[in-house]
Amino acid sequence: MSDMQSQDYVRRSATTMTPPKARSHEDQVAKLIDVSRCIGCKACQSACMEWNNLRPEIGHFEGSYENPMDLGPSVWTLMKFAEYENEQGNLEWLIRKDGCMHCEDPGCLKACPAPGAIVQYANGIVDFISDKCIGCGYCVKGCPFDIPRISKTDHKSYKCTLCSDRVAVGLEPACVKACPTGAIMFGSKTDMTNWAGERIEDLKSRGFAKAGLYDPPEVGGTHVMYVLHHADKPSLYSGLPDKPRISPVVELWKGIIKPLAVIGIAMAAVGAFFHWTTIGPNEVTEADEAEADRVLREKEEEST
Amino acid sequence: MTRPANAITRYTTLNRVNHWINAGLFILLVLSGLSMFHPILFFLSGLFGGGQWARAAHPWFGVLLVISWIGMIIQFWRANLPSKDDIAWSKEIVHVITNDDEHVPPIGRNNSGQKLVFWSMTLLIPVLFVTGLLIWEVYFGEATSIPVQRAAVLIHSLAAICAILVWVVHVYAAIWIRDSVRSMTQGYVTPGWAWHHHRKWFYQLAASRRVSKTTPRKNP
Repeated sequence: MSDMQSQDYVRRSATTMTPPKARSHEDQVAKLIDVSRCIGCKACQSACMEWNNLRPEIGHFEGSYENPMDLGPSVWTLMKFAEYENEQGNLEWLIRKDGCMHCEDPGCLKACPAPGAIVQYANGIVDFISDKCIGCGYCVKGCPFDIPRISKTDHKSYKCTLCSDRVAVGLEPACVKACPTGAIMFGSKTDMTNWAGERIEDLKSRGFAKAGLYDPPEVGGTHVMYVLHHADKPSLYSGLPDKPRISPVVELWKGIIKPLAVIGIAMAAVGAFFHWTTIGPNEVTEADEAEADRVLREKEEEST
Repeated sequence: MTRPANAITRYTTLNRVNHWINAGLFILLVLSGLSMFHPILFFLSGLFGGGQWARAAHPWFGVLLVISWIGMIIQFWRANLPSKDDIAWSKEIVHVITNDDEHVPPIGRNNSGQKLVFWSMTLLIPVLFVTGLLIWEVYFGEATSIPVQRAAVLIHSLAAICAILVWVVHVYAAIWIRDSVRSMTQGYVTPGWAWHHHRKWFYQLAASRRVSKTTPRKNP
């Protein structure tokens, strides 16, 4: 979104130095999405479009409540509807508001090659600073949740900002504001975790023994959390990853290979230079020329 | 160009033009590619007008390089076929590196190091091309799954690192073996150069009388 000086960076993409941290004493925020209280009204989707001035192209009816069918450069949050037949043979309609999870250890930020195009604020929000984005699509590869989408018109990557602009001035995100059932809550991560605990107790008392909080530790926890009735099977909810993690392929690429390659190439060049200064050039001498000439003369005499 | 009368043509005009188109594209690819690889090299994107431009131009340079390299393969594959001499030459690599040429066995038109450069690039460029297409966001961003693209980007960077290392060796070898650069800029070497560095090639040329002694033949 935008470069907000009021929220300080704790992480900055493609940056080898520590970002300014002096003003980083801030509460960690979190959005809590209580799937069990969602009625699928899509007010959050509309509010998101409204606040962020997003107008996705009008598509076609695809035979599903899901509309549009996927996240996009102008679709930062999307209600996903899954029909699940439980063990008792009853139908459960599992509705999940999809969007950026704001990982504590963001894979997009790790993969991004453009300095400062992806930042994480002290409050935990992961934000795209679009004017620095180069449109390479590496964030798509880094993300464990398949969230960022690259625009075909401006070649920039987009996703939910957690309304960083609103949060910076003490407002809750637009989707939270619009939710009519209180299924989306916003506050400090501690408060949200406590509140989720109460909700989970309640769900358990109503027969959802596996109810729980989705705050995956594999990515250091997330700043968007879900209360799930089936926390043992997150993938029931339109493919929410059971064990999200930054792909080991990305870890390898952006971990050890990156510095090693630069050092390796530099060493090759330095090695070449020192070969030049110790062993030196391999030159052709007068003797070589004389020898070559002698051979040529012999050949000529042979043939005459 | 001032070319000695007894000069031996090592690279034809077509060879040279193709080589330098290739070299130019390779350098553009290295600069734009490295800018997207490590943050300390991001400044290189400025040479292309910024990050967006570097990202947009890089794959097109790659497409052109593939075309250029096909030209290189057509012109140079024969000279780079392996031969028995390569084993003997490679065994004496320490003598090669230390300029101890007395102990280096005679070799044909190309030595094993040159062949290695050629075949490494012939392997790496297609790998870079295919993996590059898979991660070309603008046209192929949705063509394959994200796990495929993750693998492609890793293979692309590893292949690029190998290609850059081969290139460093290639460039230094050209500087180290004096007058090699001239053979690729002006096209010729002296008989002494051929005798010193590629003796079997020199004897072949002498035998087929494609090279004259100091006084040039009148009617070749």
